[in-house]
Amino acid sequence: MSADQRRMRGRVAIVGAAEADEHGKLPHKSAFQLHAEAARNALADAGLHKDDVDAVFSAGLWMGSETAEYLGIRPRYVDGTQIGGCSFIAHVQHAMAAIAAGVCEVALITHGESGASRIGMPGTRFGADSFRLQFEVPFGLAGPPTGYALAAARHMHEFGTTNEQLAEVAVATRKWAILNPRAIMREPLTIDEVLASRMISWPLRLLDCCLVTDAGGAVVVTSAERARDCRAKPVYVLGTGEASTHVMVSQMPDFARWDAARLAGERAFAMAGVTHADIDVAEFYDAFTIVPIMGLEALGFCAPGEGGPFVAGQRTAPGGAFPMNTNGGGLSYTHSGMYGMFTLVEAVRQLRGECGPRQVPHARIALCHGLGGMFSAAATLIAGTEVP
Amino acid sequence: MPDYTGPLPVPTPETRPFWEAAHRHELHLQRCRTCGRHHFYPRGACPHCLSADLEWQRVSGRGTLHTFTVVHRGARNYPLPSPYVLAVIELAEGPRLMSNLIGVEADPARIRIGMPVEVVFDDVTPEIALPRFRPAGPPR
Repeated sequence: MSADQRRMRGRVAIVGAAEADEHGKLPHKSAFQLHAEAARNALADAGLHKDDVDAVFSAGLWMGSETAEYLGIRPRYVDGTQIGGCSFIAHVQHAMAAIAAGVCEVALITHGESGASRIGMPGTRFGADSFRLQFEVPFGLAGPPTGYALAAARHMHEFGTTNEQLAEVAVATRKWAILNPRAIMREPLTIDEVLASRMISWPLRLLDCCLVTDAGGAVVVTSAERARDCRAKPVYVLGTGEASTHVMVSQMPDFARWDAARLAGERAFAMAGVTHADIDVAEFYDAFTIVPIMGLEALGFCAPGEGGPFVAGQRTAPGGAFPMNTNGGGLSYTHSGMYGMFTLVEAVRQLRGECGPRQVPHARIALCHGLGGMFSAAATLIAGTEVP
Repeated sequence: MPDYTGPLPVPTPETRPFWEAAHRHELHLQRCRTCGRHHFYPRGACPHCLSADLEWQRVSGRGTLHTFTVVHRGARNYPLPSPYVLAVIELAEGPRLMSNLIGVEADPARIRIGMPVEVVFDDVTPEIALPRFRPAGPPR
């Protein structure tokens, strides 16, 4: 941890945050339309015009420049960093660095994904002679559930984590979704119903898995000085961290411990200079119920192996001691494929006090924690209503 | 055998020795002559020390089951009947690789993380043999 990064605390702020106009199953819209809707809404939220934007960030091959072209923006700084669903949280850190260096001033970070309908999706497939297709896919690696199940099984083996504890996450998250009118899944859910849902890849059942939707989101980041002139109350970036340890799940250094998250979290807390007790609300990427459990451990909210007991007793539900995934998460609100953007949008809204029945009272410091690939990468953001 | 519908590896210059050895029903790994450590997957640089001074070695094909999942909903057209066991094997020489556990019922109650396993080669086409693993006795 360098002193330089600590000096960055509070230097930039998120001044706009929004989703696309609609989400769910949208066969009438392309992925780029979802980018554009979210960008338009986030800029309106910030009180800025597209011509104010001089930096465009979006995750994927060519994505920064393709998004800029689609939106009619000619940026002087382009970033297409793709480290999975946490990319947008990492983009906030990249924007912070670029703004502080004087390379740009107003950064637009967008996400749009036709995850369910697959309309106008940029190419994301690995080649036939890639390492993944040579050394994993021939053995029946069948998408994310099979990969995450390998970590869940090892976590259960080493620490005694149970399916009931995994189900606690799904049930608590559903309770938040019921309070969010935009959430897709709003029927009450019980632990027994999660345990009775169909097996996908042991030990993960259907209701341990996130939704698959079409959705988009965007945030606008600028300097703290410029933020004071924006329409909405600034949400200051207090701490950021990112890390990458592998891409293929078979290369995961430790299947029971999420190393990338530990590294990203340490960096974000060190920069922010806050403690775990200072976090009022937490938005954890929840592609599968095991992910926030391993994230809570990696970030030090509990010891390694204690994530299961930590979430027991509906601790993360509305009214619980640890409000987590207050929009309903990827499990019950929406999950386009790269959910990290929605942790940012929800954290901004919580810190502005805009969340109505799901508002966490007096939320002043929020934590977003994103997941990339197969526990491959992680990015953490700590943000606050003021700079302590 | 000609009807195999599953995804097949397409070797590249740096991985071809592995697949050629598998075709002979031998498991080969790269070992770094500079730092002495094995690694997997095959590549042109040692991931421990970045050396390019690498050699291929035949290894025992024995190891332990490091973790696994029982896949109930597999990829479309995947030729192993569901449910099947997707496994990560830790080889005796250190590296881990993805494979399948076969020769045992695909039931988590009958599979134990840490159990000794040994390689068996499955000639899925005339050119490609996939290394899969089966339960083994205690190390000899």
